[in-house]
Amino acid sequence: MRHLRKILAIVAKDLIAELRTREMLGAMFVFALLVIFIFNFAFELRAENQRTLAPGVLWVAITFSGMLGLSRSFIREKDRGSLEGLLLAPVDRGVIFLGKMLGNALFIVVTDLIILPVFVVLFNIPIATLPRLGTIAILGTIGLSGVGTLFSAMAVHTRAREILLPVLLFPLIVPVILSTVKLSAAVIDNLPLAEVRQWFSLLVVFDLVFVVLSFLFFDYVVEE
Amino acid sequence: MKHFNHLVTGLFILTGLLMLGAIVLALGIAPDPVNLATPTERFAQRIFYFHVPNWWVGFLAYLVAAIAGVLYLISRREQWDAVGVSSIEIGLAFNTIGLISGSIWAKPTWNTWWTWEPRLTTAAIGWLMYVGYLMLRSAIENSQRRARFAAVFSILAFLDVPIIFLAIRWWRTIHPVVIGTEGGQGVGGFALGPTIQLVFFFCLGTFTLLYVTLMLVRLRVEFLSQRVERLRQHLMFR
Repeated sequence: MRHLRKILAIVAKDLIAELRTREMLGAMFVFALLVIFIFNFAFELRAENQRTLAPGVLWVAITFSGMLGLSRSFIREKDRGSLEGLLLAPVDRGVIFLGKMLGNALFIVVTDLIILPVFVVLFNIPIATLPRLGTIAILGTIGLSGVGTLFSAMAVHTRAREILLPVLLFPLIVPVILSTVKLSAAVIDNLPLAEVRQWFSLLVVFDLVFVVLSFLFFDYVVEE
Repeated sequence: MKHFNHLVTGLFILTGLLMLGAIVLALGIAPDPVNLATPTERFAQRIFYFHVPNWWVGFLAYLVAAIAGVLYLISRREQWDAVGVSSIEIGLAFNTIGLISGSIWAKPTWNTWWTWEPRLTTAAIGWLMYVGYLMLRSAIENSQRRARFAAVFSILAFLDVPIIFLAIRWWRTIHPVVIGTEGGQGVGGFALGPTIQLVFFFCLGTFTLLYVTLMLVRLRVEFLSQRVERLRQHLMFR
């Protein structure tokens, strides 16, 4: 309970900073929208192929815009000099990790939840699929932001900074992209859950394993 | 250091001789597999004696790097960082050769240079991951921080490989699985006779020795550069 309050305090800090500056959420949403539009031009999406390409387009949009938010997460702290303050706070490093991770996940989930209705409308997908697509988006976002937060903390200490994050992160989250695309495709095609259960388990297992590993390794990344 | 140099020279000569032997065995002595129909396929199959040991070395190198990463995080000795980076550089070289030799084998057998098959795709993603590792290293100046980040990344990347492989495996697979009970299945698969096995394991041993030799040479370079760095610091702060 003590830890939970500290974690939530860090999340609240990021949330307030975002509400005051509004520099991330807007950019993430517009960027995700742009990705969907660019795919539309690149593949000339028509009624025949729309359904098959839609899950891929959705997840490229979510991972790319998520990457924007993740890379800002620690750069913002570093540029304002608040990273030292955060690390000096009398809490476990694990608490800092979970706080930053939850904050990142929250921003990405909010973007997901705004982009999903637009996506459903643009691709002419039944609105009833929204709750299930939202659940998949949340699970995928956890996988993305677990190891993403760890790498974001690493990338901020390198010369390349935000350029390095996608290069490091994308290969590692291939299982997340694969399973979320497969699950979303199943939802859009209205397949029973039993047919894609293995993808669901894969996604949950990946989330658990990599959140725990990132949690354990965070200490080594931020130590001075 | 002098003994070490002699050891490396000796290993180099031994590996070179064994490698010549491996070429003779793989191209001349090993019989054609019985179940491959066309001469092109039979001819192309001989790449197997180099392709598979090559992959084994790539995998071994990444495993060694992950273990070195764990040992570095526990002990904080920069020797383990040297082992990690040396091993990954060698692994990446073998990974690249494996992708190319696999592509050369795939053309006559599967009639395509590339296919999104589990092993190929995992290999390609692994290649991207470890290139990222080298980019990460080159972007950090502080040597202790570089060693820490590199160790964390090499452990995470290695643990991710089986998950990636499993995920991609749930697509269709056409890669031949020649070792184990499924022998001879997959397009271009074949059964392993006793002579083929003997030649194969000879090549496997030779490649492993090649890895050890390269590793020692690369480690020597790394230790020397660490020493130069220490001397430079020593002179600067005198």
